Amino acid sequence: MAKTEVSTKFNPRLGKKELDLLTRLCNAVSVSGDEQEVRAIVLEELRDFADFTKVDAMGNVLVRREGTGKDRVRVMIAAHMDEVGFMIVKDEGDGVFEFRVIGGVDPRQLVGKPVIIGRDHVPGVIGAKAIHLTTPEERKQVLKVDQLRIDVGPGGDSKVKVGDRATFATKLAVLGPSIRSKALDDRLGVFNLIQLVKQAPENVDLLAAFTVQEELGLRGAKTAAYGFDPEIGIAMDSTPANDLPHYDGLPNTSHNTRLGDGPAIYIMDRGTIGDQRLIKWLTESAEAEKIPWQFRQPGMGGTDAGEIHKTRAGVPSVSVSVPQRYLHSAAGLIRIEDELNTLKLIHTALKRLDRSILNRQEKSNGKEK
Amino acid sequence: MAKKNNSLWTILQTLVETPGPSGSEHVIREKIKAEIQGHADEIYTDALGNLIARKGVLKEGGKRIMISAHIDEIGLMVTHVDDNGFARFMPIGGINPMTCLGGRVLFMNGTQGVIGMERLEKDEHPTLMKYFIDTGATSKEDSKIGVGDVCGFERPFLDLGKRLVAKSMDDRVAATIAMEALKEVKPGANELYFVFSVQEEVGLRGAITAAYGVDPELGLAVDVTRTGDTPLGVKMEVALGNGPAIKVRDSSFIADPRVVNWMVAEAKAQKLPYQMEVLEAGGTDGAAMQRTRAGVPAGCLSIPCRYIHSPSEMVDRDDVENSVKLLVGLLGKPVSLG
Amino acid sequence: MKLDLKQHIKEMISAPGLSGYEAPIREIIRAAWQPLADEIRVNNLGSLQAIKRGEGTQPRPSVMIAAHMDAIGLMVTGIDDGFLRFMQVGGVDPRILPGQMVTVHATNSDVARDLPAMVVMPPAALLPKDGKSGPLPQKYLLVDTGLLPDEVKKLVRVGDVISFATEPMELCSDTISGHTLDNRASVAAVTVALEMLSKRKHLWDVMAVATSQEEVGAIGAQADAFAIKPDFAIVIDVTFAKAPGGAGIGNFEMGKVTPLTWGSCNHPALHKAMLETAEEYEINVAKDLAPTGSGTDAWSVQVAEAGIPVVELGIPLRYMHTPVEVVSLKDVRRAGRLMAEFIANLPLDFMKTVIWE
Repeated sequence: MAKTEVSTKFNPRLGKKELDLLTRLCNAVSVSGDEQEVRAIVLEELRDFADFTKVDAMGNVLVRREGTGKDRVRVMIAAHMDEVGFMIVKDEGDGVFEFRVIGGVDPRQLVGKPVIIGRDHVPGVIGAKAIHLTTPEERKQVLKVDQLRIDVGPGGDSKVKVGDRATFATKLAVLGPSIRSKALDDRLGVFNLIQLVKQAPENVDLLAAFTVQEELGLRGAKTAAYGFDPEIGIAMDSTPANDLPHYDGLPNTSHNTRLGDGPAIYIMDRGTIGDQRLIKWLTESAEAEKIPWQFRQPGMGGTDAGEIHKTRAGVPSVSVSVPQRYLHSAAGLIRIEDELNTLKLIHTALKRLDRSILNRQEKSNGKEK
Repeated sequence: MAKKNNSLWTILQTLVETPGPSGSEHVIREKIKAEIQGHADEIYTDALGNLIARKGVLKEGGKRIMISAHIDEIGLMVTHVDDNGFARFMPIGGINPMTCLGGRVLFMNGTQGVIGMERLEKDEHPTLMKYFIDTGATSKEDSKIGVGDVCGFERPFLDLGKRLVAKSMDDRVAATIAMEALKEVKPGANELYFVFSVQEEVGLRGAITAAYGVDPELGLAVDVTRTGDTPLGVKMEVALGNGPAIKVRDSSFIADPRVVNWMVAEAKAQKLPYQMEVLEAGGTDGAAMQRTRAGVPAGCLSIPCRYIHSPSEMVDRDDVENSVKLLVGLLGKPVSLG
Repeated sequence: MKLDLKQHIKEMISAPGLSGYEAPIREIIRAAWQPLADEIRVNNLGSLQAIKRGEGTQPRPSVMIAAHMDAIGLMVTGIDDGFLRFMQVGGVDPRILPGQMVTVHATNSDVARDLPAMVVMPPAALLPKDGKSGPLPQKYLLVDTGLLPDEVKKLVRVGDVISFATEPMELCSDTISGHTLDNRASVAAVTVALEMLSKRKHLWDVMAVATSQEEVGAIGAQADAFAIKPDFAIVIDVTFAKAPGGAGIGNFEMGKVTPLTWGSCNHPALHKAMLETAEEYEINVAKDLAPTGSGTDAWSVQVAEAGIPVVELGIPLRYMHTPVEVVSLKDVRRAGRLMAEFIANLPLDFMKTVIWE
């Protein structure tokens, strides 16, 4: 099996090849429950880099990349392949379809958007009544999902069927120092995990879990973690950057994260209290390599870590996310430097990983202080 | 120089202290006419009462330009006088009911009065129907005013140093700037029509007929604009003291981008401070000029002004002086709109 | 050269040209119309006028065809920590704005730049009370260019215009979706008509006008009508097709029919004459009822100068004033053909028949 040499210097960049991969990942239709398109890309990309590959019963892609060092820690890193989107639920004839939302999408984000449907990416639109025909009263009401339709044009297309998944049709674009795309949550994680498998440090056994159904409640991660039975768990995901200005110029105290401030390390979210030893390991790694980083404000939301840490007899787990504005809408926005720094941080931390960090807490608990 | 500036401020004070609601511009018109006498090649008043002063004759390479600053102001018109002498009224132009209570008014016939209000229910917002004018009359017979009489708000001119306050800064400050430009400008090949327009506050009516009559090749309104520089005010980038505002649009028209760029280039050339203006509520004579005949490229030079349509409108001294400079610079050269 | 209608429309709806800022779209239309016209000029307010002379003897009557080319969109009103505040140009339902891809036409630096961007909803925690739930008022929405705040300040100035950036999509049954099909679809129909007339004999002078500033009050067309002083005018604009979520009175099926406006804006004799042409050439038409006026260029053309008789036709369109409008190419072609046949059959003394009962 051909393994690429591990360079001592890990300096990730987003060159044409990398951008092309990220673009393919983001533009794919891979809604929770039908992650085939992204799964195919992952399998194809990692064919020559894995020591073991398996698609499990849920549809997770489980990839093991073994190191060569002694006493290697088994680290599971999870990134979810699914995204929020839609399912066609009713064919009303003449190209008009009723649909439902899969995952948490604010209905205010739906109106007036182009979409793509199914494996063939059939184009359609979510229209809205012309402003000329609405009353001021109507315009005060949010248009709900069951009032909206996906329209593929009069006559319809035989390729679109009830049960098909659909997503916004937005294509990835580079905006100066930023990237604008749908599904950055969590194709960035998938992209990063692919890069990590390709260039995994030799001191660890990397257990890469490309999970499914995260948006429906971390369902893929549950079986993936059980299957891998890791010693340490890391979820690589995307987290909101609510770093917009307050309308009246007041301080923004609930930004969650800020774009440009580096990878966001979780202390606590709805599903996980991050393992303090791992948090320290990550922040120390960042400081050692002068990688900018930030704490995500403790709050709601969650990642695959919520299931991983509760697996079997328990797995110390932590989450690291790329800060992203406007998740779960037609497009999110990230800073390229945050993305690269996230990849760099995880790689650096893995290289520094030594089983002893898991003992550190016991020491500090009694004797040292 | 100092003397000239003094006279500018003196003229401004005179104009803002003269009443002249829309349709009753006869007094203010005569004052302006007297002041610009001798500075124009031709001065006339059109059928609607616009005062029009031409300076220069169109020559090769020049343009016929209409500059419009309105001389009317918002005011009130009496609709009824009751047996006790209290007068009810309707607005002339956009009157905010919140600025009425306790206001003092001056009728065109010299009568003065104050504005009172009926009692309000809890949480009630007063409409103009709740107000009345009390002229001190003891009965209908005693009242010196009747149905149809017109009044403006009355407030003395306030010199606060860098900032100046008065009622009807909208648009007497612009009229003053236009008068000053008329005096200073050397038209060259341009034929300049300074229009001191009437009835702007009720729908740009004076400028509509003036524009048809003048038939300009380029139209430039001079008017005040709102600011967003007060505590928790409306969102707007314009601020007092940051220079003349170059209008990109208001709710009455979209300024011709060529005119906008012409104005920006002149401000840059003169190294004058300036700011771009997008006014979400409010219209100007620019719209009337743009829509006349076969259409006219039109824009507007705006003077930032706080508390517009209240009896205490505030402008900045430097903004006024810089507006004169910008206007004189724009009008004194051949115009190329590209 | 045969007109590639689909490509023509795609090119037009990909070009910016907000009301008052029509220069980019004007040049595209000019390129399409130049070979089909005897003379082309731009009026004072930016409308494009293509003159195609007829073969009748002088003094020759003239007909003006007006189709507005301006687009609705947004305009920058302020810059706040790198985010842009904006207002609308033309009628936009603020409910369709969150998450829309847009292009900011930035002019603050020496070289103008088009910045890809998107409309975003700030989190409720950052908004006053009326922004906590329900549809967000437009004043609370922002545009994010993805650039750093300093860069935004350098590039963007208050008053810069913002276009929708939805890419054209081909939908089923020869339909096309995108922004600004209102009214570039009608401009395309005028191109179709001009192309047909270039192969036909016609007595009348034809003044095809891509008008400016319709979306902000039918301003360009009024100036064109004043300048051209045509004997009568044909106004073509989009109208409401049958669509999920709501349609107008007509409920027109897409791809099936050309609506002819019936209301106060059209001269009844012209309406009747166009109906007769449709019948003669077996063109499927229907009445598009506009009880108080259709809210198009017809409104201002009719009262220009000493009054100009107007006939108006439409192209059924779904989801008007959203970035995912849909039209059928069949409807565009049919409308073009109807105008061409109508004009080609105009006798020199036609105006004698345009009389009130």
